[in-house]
Amino acid sequence: MDFQYTSFLLSVVVASTPLLLAAAGELVAERAGVLNLGVEGMMLVSAIIAFAVAVTTGSSTLGILAGVAAGVLTSLIFAVLTLSFLSNQVATGLALTIFGTGLSALIGKAYVGMVVKRLPQIHIPGLSDIPFFGPVFFGQDVLVYLSFALVCAIYWFLFKTHAGLVLRAVGDSHDAAHAIGFPVIKIRYLAVMFGGGMAGLAGAYMAIAYNTSWSEGMTAGRGWIALALVVFATWRPFWLVVGAYLFGSIMYLSLYIQGFGVHIPSQFISALPYASTVVVLVAISRDRKRIRLNAPASLGKTFHAAG
Amino acid sequence: MQLKLEPRGFQSKFWSYASPVLAIALTIATMAVIFLVLGKDPVISLYTFLIEPLVAENGATELLVKASPLILMGVGISLAYRANVWDIGAEGEFTIGALFGGGIGLAFPDLPFALLFPLMLIAGMIGGMLWAMLVALLRTQFNANEILTSLMLTYIAQLILIYMVTGPWRDPQGFGFPQTAMFSANATNPTIIEGTRLHLGIFFALAAAAAGWLLLTRSLLGFQLRVQGFAPRAARFAGYKETRLVWTALALTGGLAGIAGTLEVSGPIGQLTPQISPGYGYTAIIVAFLGRLHPIGVVFAALLLGLSYLGGEAAQIELALPSAVTGIFQGVLLFYLLGCDTLILYRLRLRSSRPAALRA
Repeated sequence: MDFQYTSFLLSVVVASTPLLLAAAGELVAERAGVLNLGVEGMMLVSAIIAFAVAVTTGSSTLGILAGVAAGVLTSLIFAVLTLSFLSNQVATGLALTIFGTGLSALIGKAYVGMVVKRLPQIHIPGLSDIPFFGPVFFGQDVLVYLSFALVCAIYWFLFKTHAGLVLRAVGDSHDAAHAIGFPVIKIRYLAVMFGGGMAGLAGAYMAIAYNTSWSEGMTAGRGWIALALVVFATWRPFWLVVGAYLFGSIMYLSLYIQGFGVHIPSQFISALPYASTVVVLVAISRDRKRIRLNAPASLGKTFHAAG
Repeated sequence: MQLKLEPRGFQSKFWSYASPVLAIALTIATMAVIFLVLGKDPVISLYTFLIEPLVAENGATELLVKASPLILMGVGISLAYRANVWDIGAEGEFTIGALFGGGIGLAFPDLPFALLFPLMLIAGMIGGMLWAMLVALLRTQFNANEILTSLMLTYIAQLILIYMVTGPWRDPQGFGFPQTAMFSANATNPTIIEGTRLHLGIFFALAAAAAGWLLLTRSLLGFQLRVQGFAPRAARFAGYKETRLVWTALALTGGLAGIAGTLEVSGPIGQLTPQISPGYGYTAIIVAFLGRLHPIGVVFAALLLGLSYLGGEAAQIELALPSAVTGIFQGVLLFYLLGCDTLILYRLRLRSSRPAALRA
């Protein structure tokens, strides 16, 4: 009995981590006023790049780093178009997802069927051997700890530092921020690239920790769910943890129930995470005042400095 | 020296037409580079991708087969995007439409064609509309972002389709394949040229484009949709009901996508299977942008993007390239288009940095 709880919790953590990583990155970009709908595309490109590098070099670390680099690079396409060429953020984000899906499928063709060594779980002698608590708290892989550390760091940065205040000011009123003399475009570039790097971590996690193989479109909408999580969290970092673990649980449960042989068609169970996303969005968004209070006021708007 | 964007203060008519042309040229150049990187001769590859599908036997009709669903959905999406209704779930509406229309075809295979086929189309339209109006309900009643809900509903639609063709509607004589029985002759979307796959869809597509054009340019509703998108505040002052426009825009998009889905499964596919669309619903978004969110422009854009599907197939067969090059082509094209569209509102100016510094 105890063993089952442990493995259940471990699996939930694995299912939640990519959501948390991607959503945390998007949260920073959105706090700076940029809506990047290309999360799914960035995750897919990062996943295949991380996988390819990990397979070729045999190093998970290099794989993760390559995934982050791929995420940053793909986000730069978005940044250049929306921030320098002032293109529509919604359309550009969609383009990034379409492009990323295609590019990852193209690169991935050569890697279908290969298997990579799973990102190792950290083993702390003594601590990780404690029944139940040990494996759950001390036996995770490095990216799980990193995801929590990054959420804390993002909170600290956004709400406890001057730079974070500036970033939020840019997201709330780019015109005012510009008038004061803050470099709006530069800050947004950095925020978008940070979001890209985080999506890269999430993609890498999908390819070498969640799975150990590549398959086309393997993120299966997680990038989009991450976008919904940012709304769910009403742009507050710690609520992301709640949301990501809620959805991670739903995703794992849908696998778990299928293994149980419950007589519900498996497609209905697979639809659960998507349906829950809609339900959660509705539950949060219907309170218009709360959304307006928390959403960055310049979110999605194009900025062009006069003169 | 620095490249600067300077607002024109008006929309450049020239660039709104020239931008797609420039974007297409840049995309083709980029594809040449991509083919080169993939170790293929760029000239031969481009020929295989863009020209060969057209000169091949039945090339022109195959192009129209691919373009028809893209036009139908592209017209709907154009109207919705004009009103700032960002429905990206046409793929799902297409799927549910195919299920509704196809379901009628499977349920009443013996009704006469003249009765059955229109019934299927109406059912398909209703199916697509219902799926899209779910998005409208969530946005208007609950303020939920339609981009995310429409996409989530697309994933759900795909799962419903898989459930139906592996479960209740599976063909008992199908050797266990996840597919329904073939549609009866009376439930089949007829081909209009012997020996090709060209079906009635092209007529519906062109009719939709014409109707969409009339609606957009000659009707009050079209005017309201445009004002709603361009100046929501003005629309409010004028007393236009935003809620009603959102419902209308989504009903139109969904209805057209549903018709497209029904035409596709009852025509070129001939049955319901788990794969009824190679991503037409997403490609139609690119079609809408490339066609300047204008129903007539959509027709031309759909021809080019239809060609990218044929080119992907040709590249797969003859150059042993993955068909994913289609997706790359489409993504790159949209990137360039969005970039080039900047020139509609802004002009590029080369400025040396010194006067700027002096002015500051």
